[in-house]
Amino acid sequence: MTDTRTPDLFDEAADPPAPKKKRTVQVNVGEPLGHPHDPGDDAISNYTINFGPQHPAAHGVLRLIMELDGEIVERLDPHIGLLHRGTEKLIEYKTYAQALPYFDRLDYCSPMCMEHSFVLAVEKLMGLEVPLRAQYIRVLMAELTRISNHMLQLGSHIMDVGAMTPNLWLFEVREDTLQFYERASGARMHANYFRAGGVRYDLTDKFLDDVRDFLDNRLQLFEDAISLVADNRIFKQRNVDIGVVSKEDALAWGFSGPMIRAAGVPWDIRRSQPYEVYDRMEFDIPVGTNSDCYDRVMVRVEEVRQSAKIMRQCLDQLPKGPVGTDDRKVFPPSRAEMKQSMEAMIHHFKLYTEGYHVPAGEVYVATESPKGEFGVYLVADGTNKPYRCKIRPTGFSHLQAMDFMMRGHMLADTTAILSALDIVFGEVDR
Amino acid sequence: MSVALHVPRYADVPASLAKLAKATPRGGIETAFDVHRDDLIAVLTELRDKHEYQQLMEIAGVDFPERAERFEVVYCLLSLTRNHRVRVHIATDEATPVPSVTGLWRNAGWLEREVYDMYGVGFAGNPDLRRILTDYGFEGYPQRKDFPLTGHLELRYSEAEKRVVYEPVQLPQDFRSFDFLMPWDGPEYALPGDEKAAPEQAGAPSPAPPAAGKQPENVKTPAVTPKTTEKPSDTGGGAPANAQATKEARKPRAAKAASEVSKKARAPRKPKGAA
Repeated sequence: MTDTRTPDLFDEAADPPAPKKKRTVQVNVGEPLGHPHDPGDDAISNYTINFGPQHPAAHGVLRLIMELDGEIVERLDPHIGLLHRGTEKLIEYKTYAQALPYFDRLDYCSPMCMEHSFVLAVEKLMGLEVPLRAQYIRVLMAELTRISNHMLQLGSHIMDVGAMTPNLWLFEVREDTLQFYERASGARMHANYFRAGGVRYDLTDKFLDDVRDFLDNRLQLFEDAISLVADNRIFKQRNVDIGVVSKEDALAWGFSGPMIRAAGVPWDIRRSQPYEVYDRMEFDIPVGTNSDCYDRVMVRVEEVRQSAKIMRQCLDQLPKGPVGTDDRKVFPPSRAEMKQSMEAMIHHFKLYTEGYHVPAGEVYVATESPKGEFGVYLVADGTNKPYRCKIRPTGFSHLQAMDFMMRGHMLADTTAILSALDIVFGEVDR
Repeated sequence: MSVALHVPRYADVPASLAKLAKATPRGGIETAFDVHRDDLIAVLTELRDKHEYQQLMEIAGVDFPERAERFEVVYCLLSLTRNHRVRVHIATDEATPVPSVTGLWRNAGWLEREVYDMYGVGFAGNPDLRRILTDYGFEGYPQRKDFPLTGHLELRYSEAEKRVVYEPVQLPQDFRSFDFLMPWDGPEYALPGDEKAAPEQAGAPSPAPPAAGKQPENVKTPAVTPKTTEKPSDTGGGAPANAQATKEARKPRAAKAASEVSKKARAPRKPKGAA
């Protein structure tokens, strides 16, 4: 085992390079004929460029070291970890309730979906029941998050391949979703809204009416924005047949979410391994046929429509009732109750100092985040802090396949392939 | 214990898994197996090819410093066709490498790199075992339990040297780790001052507690008859108390007013030091 501390760009042992094609390029730069060093005699070898860490199309801090032959990418080595904050280590030093806000900061484009996996893992370990209303609210907010995430992803993808207007329109829709976030949880991004045993606040009727109004009226803006690009010639030229991955490769590289659906595998954890009330929902799973960047985008476009459909069903079916379990050893009592009851007061105090204890055990719980399978492997030792909380980021495996997908593509396709992966570095680097 | 029904639900354990050789089932909520690291490739190959676990979703490291083989490496597999998840656990220590599964799943490369980066577990056969998440030139393995949360180095931009410099980490305040696990029973270790409550050793300056044996009884309160207050006389209230109360009646108003006046008439005290 060698400790490779210095960043050697390419370990030759990693992948024996294919015999390099020596390309002879004729360069006439006004050299006098018969010059002893005729540039035309030079064989130009491959050269290496840095893409990032500060690059507007890198979607965060990504450093790609690309080996180019002319404009053709021959090899690509993503250097990640520039946003590594040691989330998993920090979580080991926090109680379960204190660990939850860290999940908002993983994929900060879809915070509630990150919380979802964690609270489900905790609830699975504790064997905790969640009231039906809370389950509906979670699904409602998770789908709102999906719309929010896809607005950002689609907008930035379209901008990465050259169109400006749809991004601005989609950001308007995203702004609406963030307003709903704020109204539900008090925060626009880092919601900290899902709790083990339920959700933090109940949703008001006005909120639900406004969500319905949003679905009925505001999503037209999204359809308009997509109509600008879906059949656009330039958009198709930039996306169709770019980054094609076969079904077998998609499985072998650990793809999930829209990436594997674009490859034609109808796999969606919401459908195959339903959690909360997804089994009561009626929705379609879009799959791609070509497994290129265009399919990935269009799968997400259709997912937005399906998410809206799920949200409408949630609004229709939302039952009355509590939004948190009445197990006071896990879920805090209401503020009003605390003013009346000494017992409630003590429970509140204990929950916000010591926190709740989770019985010893280990679970791997994965949910369908907007980017794919987001999993949490949680090892509990019976105390109030997680012994180990391994986060399975979605983008990690996708980004790993970047080298495989990029080989033989043009340099300009990097942005298209990268943004179609839907990478967020808060999640990849943790 | 009740079972949460709203968590992701997938198919039941495939019956064929019972015949998985070289793997001992692990107790717990989910399907998991303990495998010796030498059998890892064989077991994972069987799981992938015979039992249709097509995808490797995650490789997680866990550190148990009190064990002889302190690291556990956990492989989380997913079967899309059978709709089932399974975990495979192996144990290793700092010196013993684990066989790499890069030959089985193409995405194992980075997952193994991460476990190597975080725990220092070696993976024999991984062609590209570099650090992945930590900084260039990072030393140590941050997810080990004996690695401090604060780390060892911090970096800042030095205006003097016009570059980023690394320095030993200096915190004005320690990480606040409260021990909330103790509240009623008390911690197992002695808090400062607790030693005073313990019985004195022979030869100590303060007197030792009385020797065991027959303790002198408190003669003043022999609790022979139950203490009840059924009659008014038991309470100490009634006629005698009323008589006592009338004796110390309020002063008449006139006398009270006179005393107030005499108080006001008193000359104010001169402040100290005034001439």
